[in-house]
Amino acid sequence: MSAPRTYLDSGGSAPLSPRTIDALNAGFAEGWADPDRLSTESRRARSLLEGSRQAIADAVGARAEDIHFVPSGVAAIERLVAGIWTARRGRSDVVVSAIERDAVIHAASFIAGAPPREVPVDSLGHVNLDALAQELIDPGVAIAAIQHANHELGTVQDLVAVHAVTSQRGVPLIVDATSSIGHIAAPEAWDALAMNPADWGGPSGIGVIALRPHTRWLPAWPEGDDWAPGGVSVPLALAAAVALQERLENANAEATRQAELIDRVRERMAAVPGVDVVGDPESRLPHVVTFSCLYVGGEALLSRLDQEGFAVGSGSACTTSTLEPSRVLGAVGSLTHGNVRLALHPGITSDDIERFLAAVTSAIEDLRQQAGAPPID
Amino acid sequence: MTEITIDARGMLCPLPIIELAKAAVDARTGDELTVECTDAAARVDVPAWARMTGNEFVGETETDGGAFALTVRLR
Repeated sequence: MSAPRTYLDSGGSAPLSPRTIDALNAGFAEGWADPDRLSTESRRARSLLEGSRQAIADAVGARAEDIHFVPSGVAAIERLVAGIWTARRGRSDVVVSAIERDAVIHAASFIAGAPPREVPVDSLGHVNLDALAQELIDPGVAIAAIQHANHELGTVQDLVAVHAVTSQRGVPLIVDATSSIGHIAAPEAWDALAMNPADWGGPSGIGVIALRPHTRWLPAWPEGDDWAPGGVSVPLALAAAVALQERLENANAEATRQAELIDRVRERMAAVPGVDVVGDPESRLPHVVTFSCLYVGGEALLSRLDQEGFAVGSGSACTTSTLEPSRVLGAVGSLTHGNVRLALHPGITSDDIERFLAAVTSAIEDLRQQAGAPPID
Repeated sequence: MTEITIDARGMLCPLPIIELAKAAVDARTGDELTVECTDAAARVDVPAWARMTGNEFVGETETDGGAFALTVRLR
């Protein structure tokens, strides 16, 4: 008999609830027509799309007309960086935190033709505000991109303080909220927001952008003023909105429950010799934790856990497609090998976490023994 | 004080760190251990190892042929 599966790798790809799957089916049944045409069928699709836009707008404190759907969370980041950068004619530099997602770094390098300037973070992952202010003195800075919460560390940035610095210099602030929306209260201080429905239990294949009315942008792509060339998938937009509403209905209680489970993981793993638990223990996402284990290979640990029924993520070099260790772990000075990243979803129970803790601690012990690693004091 | 060099070139993490830890078992307080490696992850992991095990990271130099030499002092 195969082991029961426990999915602890929900970051950017959470399982869909039955309600979300129903919404997806309803979207395909009722909203299949092109929402931009004039027929009755198209008007029905358009009305579903507008309702979805309004629901997401309400959830993040934006106007419905400032919500745009794109093909993924990564596309949301890329389009925002490219579109807002292009409107800042004559300025070329991009300023980012040292722990932004690769998508931010890649989009910035692509559009600006040079790698972005990185603002350092402290050992918990908080952006150094003095260093940020220093970078923004240069009038050649076009845009700044600072995430709401980090997808590996869980650390939540003080965006009110960050935005005070960027707005004082007149630099638009793009906020990557692809790990936080649906888990904690939406941030208020931003000029543009990137979201990923797959992270909150919506379907993959859709991303969301929110803009402030004052935020200027110009198309950096051939289809003019359309954020989503070729149109938007109405069923995906509808399911994304329904999934977000479902998460928000129970958000506070669920955040408290998940934060307790993660506290337990942090405490128990920190007690294992040679384990580095990273990120801010207080100001963090409720459902995310990362730790690294001395003398253990990330790939070996992931395979072993997978065989025992646990799906987890990792930022260790041997587990990534580029064979580079996670930039995030490097930026906070954390060990990069033997890295395990958990992102919970609402179906994860206290019992699941207990079984995981037992499995991971015995896996660490076995793998260290197999590698002939010396004992840790 | 003894200076010990560990050749971990061509090894992938966590092997360079395991070799460093094995060498540290027989070394004494004040000894300097230098790991030569080609795996970029070691540049983060050697300082992290020093922090986690209560030793001191001295620094990094680049050696011939694109390898890194990372030095720690035992406490």
